[in-house]
Amino acid sequence: MRPGWHMRAYKWLIGGPPLLYLLVFFAAPVLIMVVASFRFPGEFGGLSPLVYEDETGRHLDLTLENYQRFFADLLYLSLFFKSLLYAAITVLACLLLSYPLALLISRSPKKYRDVMVLLVILPFWSNFLIRIYAWILILGPQSVFVGALNGVLAWFGAGPVTLLYTPFAVVLGMVYVHLPFMVLPLYANLEKHDPALLDAAQDLGANAWERFWRVTFPLSLPGVYAGAALVFIPAFGMFAIPDLLGGTEGIMIGNVIKQQFLDSRDWPFGSVLSMVLTVMAVLLAALAALYARRSRQ
Amino acid sequence: MALLEIRAVTRRFGDFTAVDDVSLSIEAGEFFTLLGPSGCGKTTLLRLIAGFDAPDAGRIVLDGKDMTGIAPEHRNVHTVFQSYALFPHMSVEQNIAFPLKMARVPAGEIRPRVEEVLEDVRLTGMGRRYPNELSGGQRQRVAVARALINRPKLLLLDEPLAALDAKLKESVQLELIQLQREIGITFVYVTHDQSEALALADRVAVMNHGRVEQVDEPSKIYGFPKNRFVADFIGQCNLLEGVVTAAEGSRITVALDGIGDVAAVNPDGDRPGERGVLALRPEKVAIGTELPEHPEMNRFRGKVRDFLYLGDVTVYIVELASGARIEALLPNSAAGRARFFEPGDAVDVAWRHDAGHFLDD
Repeated sequence: MRPGWHMRAYKWLIGGPPLLYLLVFFAAPVLIMVVASFRFPGEFGGLSPLVYEDETGRHLDLTLENYQRFFADLLYLSLFFKSLLYAAITVLACLLLSYPLALLISRSPKKYRDVMVLLVILPFWSNFLIRIYAWILILGPQSVFVGALNGVLAWFGAGPVTLLYTPFAVVLGMVYVHLPFMVLPLYANLEKHDPALLDAAQDLGANAWERFWRVTFPLSLPGVYAGAALVFIPAFGMFAIPDLLGGTEGIMIGNVIKQQFLDSRDWPFGSVLSMVLTVMAVLLAALAALYARRSRQ
Repeated sequence: MALLEIRAVTRRFGDFTAVDDVSLSIEAGEFFTLLGPSGCGKTTLLRLIAGFDAPDAGRIVLDGKDMTGIAPEHRNVHTVFQSYALFPHMSVEQNIAFPLKMARVPAGEIRPRVEEVLEDVRLTGMGRRYPNELSGGQRQRVAVARALINRPKLLLLDEPLAALDAKLKESVQLELIQLQREIGITFVYVTHDQSEALALADRVAVMNHGRVEQVDEPSKIYGFPKNRFVADFIGQCNLLEGVVTAAEGSRITVALDGIGDVAAVNPDGDRPGERGVLALRPEKVAIGTELPEHPEMNRFRGKVRDFLYLGDVTVYIVELASGARIEALLPNSAAGRARFFEPGDAVDVAWRHDAGHFLDD
């Protein structure tokens, strides 16, 4: 028995189950997907057998055809960039809406903060799809809001506008759904700021604007990056919201991936699209991390 | 006219009066200390001067200008905060340059001035470091440099040495005095540490319960405390209760409870019948196995009850026959341990008539 063996045993006891979980439900599926992206579709959907036999022996039945197809048709790449744009707009809008809210909560008396945070996460208590369906009613042609908006526009000699089944509706829905993911990390960061720093800045001659841009904002950047990542990653691959609110104009890459798996039953090509999505998201995250580290020095 | 005039300033928080009708005037170039126990209102007064808070009554006049309604960023006053409040995302240079940037000083002028101040506070070559890479003493110096760089009329310091260890404190105190003399900026320094206040200040204001109890030079505060609170708060003091029985010119006779009649000096004309305390510093009390009778001294016989050995000095607690206790302090400077008393030893304690000050209630 070596000294400290039980410490190692404890480590595995605590770290083992989550590690196993990640291996089985994350690493293995990713690996399966990577392999699937090089395979042929099955005759009736799914995948064709990985190994085939002919007179020369057994062969792995792999191909680059799926990737060739992806790069041959610019439609897919342009859909990626469109999704990227929607996700970026969503992140920006979430940031602009969340920052004042997070700041307000963090500067409120302690006894109100928890209630305010609870209000922010309250929408999670109702089902995601129901909340998106509600937007169909709000943005639909019969809605009071749209009626009022078009009334005002008509008064200025403009309109009427259609809101539902547009890219606008998609971004609006994504901002609505992801807002708490931006508010919470921002609040967690802002709440920890030492109020003496703002006193010091003011004492040394900084006005309210300068205090924000030179002290509060730079110190909140880790929260901004965390929130941006939490919003960007799910928004980039989103399919449910464009499905419900986007119509034909508002579809995103997530919809195409879903189609490949469920409608066209072309798993290999769906895997290719998923691969590209994952690689792009990881690349962007790495770039952001690199930039964050640089700007800190 | 004084640089800073605090005129009848009061600040209340609900039912609590943090600063109660305080008037002070602080001269240009002075090292002024606000001293008091925690909760005495000294930090509130500092925040009122800095402009973070506004008085409910009274006025603060800086350099002849009424500060009422003037925001902190527009006051020519800077603060060194207790936590130093260095900006963690800025290097030492950027921290120190901050007030200059806020004052729209041209970029070309900033660098040489930062270098100069870094030299003043002995931090040359540390400009690129970040606050979390500095020691406590270095951080304190950065905070001072940042607050001094654009030459405020007044520098406020809120317990800036509280976070430093005792050894470092002493050297930093000397540095602060030197720095203040070199640059000639008026310092208002808040502390609860009486030895720090005595060591640093040209003048000390002792505060308690929001009021100023006494304003004076350190030696006067220590030697001639004006009331029981000041005597007790500053240094060690025997406070012996009693009543004046006779007054004759500058001399009075006080009947101390459980001790007997003693002679004392009469600084503010106390009349017979007035009650109060005789404040007697332990170092003014002589102690010996047998002390001679002396016409200028009060002498009593007692027993050593206990002692506190403090290295440089020893404090003896002597119990008189009546049970009253008097503390006497003896320096341990004598070679060997010639005069060293043990608990139970019978001793005499004695003090000069003018060593005790009678403070009426």
